[in-house]
Amino acid sequence: MNNNNFIQGYCRIKDNTVLKNGELLFSEDSGTLNEFLKLAYQHFQTDYSKFFKMDRLSKLGFLCADVLLNNLKENNLFQENTAIVLANKSASLDTDRKYQKSIEDLDNYFPSPAVFVYTLPNICMGEISIRHKLYSENSFFIFDAFNADYLWEYTNSLLQNKKADSVLCGWVDVDEDSYEAFLYVVSANGNLNHTKEEITRLYFTNE
Amino acid sequence: MSELKQELKEKIIEQLNLEDVAVDEIQDNDPLFGEGLGLDSIDALELIVMLDKDYGIKLADPKEGRKIFESVQTMAAYIEANRSR
Repeated sequence: MNNNNFIQGYCRIKDNTVLKNGELLFSEDSGTLNEFLKLAYQHFQTDYSKFFKMDRLSKLGFLCADVLLNNLKENNLFQENTAIVLANKSASLDTDRKYQKSIEDLDNYFPSPAVFVYTLPNICMGEISIRHKLYSENSFFIFDAFNADYLWEYTNSLLQNKKADSVLCGWVDVDEDSYEAFLYVVSANGNLNHTKEEITRLYFTNE
Repeated sequence: MSELKQELKEKIIEQLNLEDVAVDEIQDNDPLFGEGLGLDSIDALELIVMLDKDYGIKLADPKEGRKIFESVQTMAAYIEANRSR
C-alpha cells in the first residue's frame, strides 16, 4: 500500500493536560473530567456554546480535534476534505450507563432525549464535523486497545483511493474516571512519516 | 406567574446546559428557538419531558410545542392553565 503520507500534527489530552505536537498547552488539576474540559474550553477560548450539551466522550474528542485542526487552519494547512477515523475501547458506555440510570426506575421514568442522542460513539465525529464543516468520510471502530496497524491501513486506503485529502484519526476513550484522547492528522504533506512504527511511538511516548 | 417565569428560566438554563446564559439575560418574551436562545430540536424534546416531569403535563401532540415553547411567557401561561403538580 502507498505510504507516501505524513503526520501533519498530533494532539493528546490525558491526565489533566493538553499537548500539541509534544508541547504542553494546558494543564490544570481539577476534580472531574467535566471540570477539566470546561477549563480547557475556556483556556482555548473555544466559543461554541453547544459544547456544554455534549457528553464527555464528545467533549473530549471535540476539544482535541479543535486544538489540532485550528492549528492547521492557522497555518493554512487545513483541507476541507478531511475524513475522520476514530477508535476506542469503551464505545459510548459512559453515556450508556447514564441513560440506563434514567430509565431503570419505572415509577420515575423520564428518559432524557439529550442524553440518549449520545448513546453512540460516532456522535463524537458528528460534533467535530459540524464544528469544522466536514462533509467527509467517517468511521468509528471499537478495539480492546490502541490499534496503530488498523488505523494506518484504513487511513492509507482513504487517501490512496482519493476518498479524502487528509484524515483526522486516533483514539478517544472515556470510561468512568479513565479518559484519553490522542488524535493526529495524516496527509500528503508533513514532517513525520506516516508509519505504523511512528504512530505507535507517538502514542506511547505520552507527548 | 412571575415566580414561575423565574423558575422556568432557571430550569431551562440548568436542564439544557446553557452554561453561557444568565437568568437575567432571558427576557419573558424572547424567542426560545431560532434567533433567541438558539434552542434546537433535542432541546424541544427536553422541554416536553420537563413539562411532564415537573408539572405533570403530557403533550398529546408534540406539534403543540411550537406555540407553547415560543417564549418563557407562553410556557408559563400554558403551565399555569394545565399543571397537575
